[in-house]
Amino acid sequence: MREATHSFRDGARRALPVVAPTAALGISFGVLAKPIMGPVAPVVMSILVFSGGAQFAALSVLQASGTGGAAFLAGMLMNSRWVPMSLAVRPSLRGGRARAVVESQAIVDASFVFADRGDGTFDRELLIGATFAQAVGWIGGTLAGVLAGGFLGDPAALGLDAIFPAFYLLLLVEAAQTSRARVAAGLAALIAFALMPFAPPGVPIVVASAAALLGLRR
Amino acid sequence: MIWAVIAALCIGTVALKATGPLLLGEHEPSPRTLRVISLIAPAVLAGLVVYETLVGQGGGVTIDERVAGLAAAGGAIALRAPMIVVILAAAVATAGLRALS
Repeated sequence: MREATHSFRDGARRALPVVAPTAALGISFGVLAKPIMGPVAPVVMSILVFSGGAQFAALSVLQASGTGGAAFLAGMLMNSRWVPMSLAVRPSLRGGRARAVVESQAIVDASFVFADRGDGTFDRELLIGATFAQAVGWIGGTLAGVLAGGFLGDPAALGLDAIFPAFYLLLLVEAAQTSRARVAAGLAALIAFALMPFAPPGVPIVVASAAALLGLRR
Repeated sequence: MIWAVIAALCIGTVALKATGPLLLGEHEPSPRTLRVISLIAPAVLAGLVVYETLVGQGGGVTIDERVAGLAAAGGAIALRAPMIVVILAAAVATAGLRALS
């Protein structure tokens, strides 16, 4: 059932088209974070936290002079979607607990979609390889944004904040191949939209993942 | 303070991504569970599209030029444009509308 028909290299190749958009997001994170965090911390954060949505969420709290605790909480809530995604991937990872914990760190949005076989299993080689390729884009982009920030001006004036929705729409189209998947996606979109006016940052996304329970029906 | 935030978020993110291996053992999921798992990606991504298009500074809903960017991306996808063109269409539409207003 889980034959290794792909290599890590295939995963990296699969992720090549998303390296440029990921780098563009990294650049805008570097540009926006430098005035708040200085030149070194944004790059270290992109290496250690390695999570675009969470980093932007924490940054926007700090920009609004929020506390460190509030920034941490915003980042964690934005990352709460890793819980259902990690539960989903677990049966497809190799080996015992310790090894699977290490491999689970390769879960990021695009890799999750690329590795998804559509039958409830994931290709671990594609997952891990794709994440390595995106790491180059995200960390390199952050570094470029920190270094070149002054020349670029305001990322919003360049429309860089529209990259996230477009990026996720591309991944959604790839993930929603069956009619059942499209129904789940529509329901999830409604859940997220309904919760957004009052739920804390990130929470609408993790609650929207409950739309996958449609799979309980035959 | 920023270093404490980074350290805490690093540890927290590792823990969140590890929940599957930490909570579940090694066994094959049932067909029912597999069907649920197969719908996680479309559900999470649809949530992300809505969220990232409409989230305001500090939460809530803000309708702004990003909606036009998403529409441009949707049009480019419908025309089967390559990924980089889809991303550029979103950024250009958003930036263009902002420049006009």
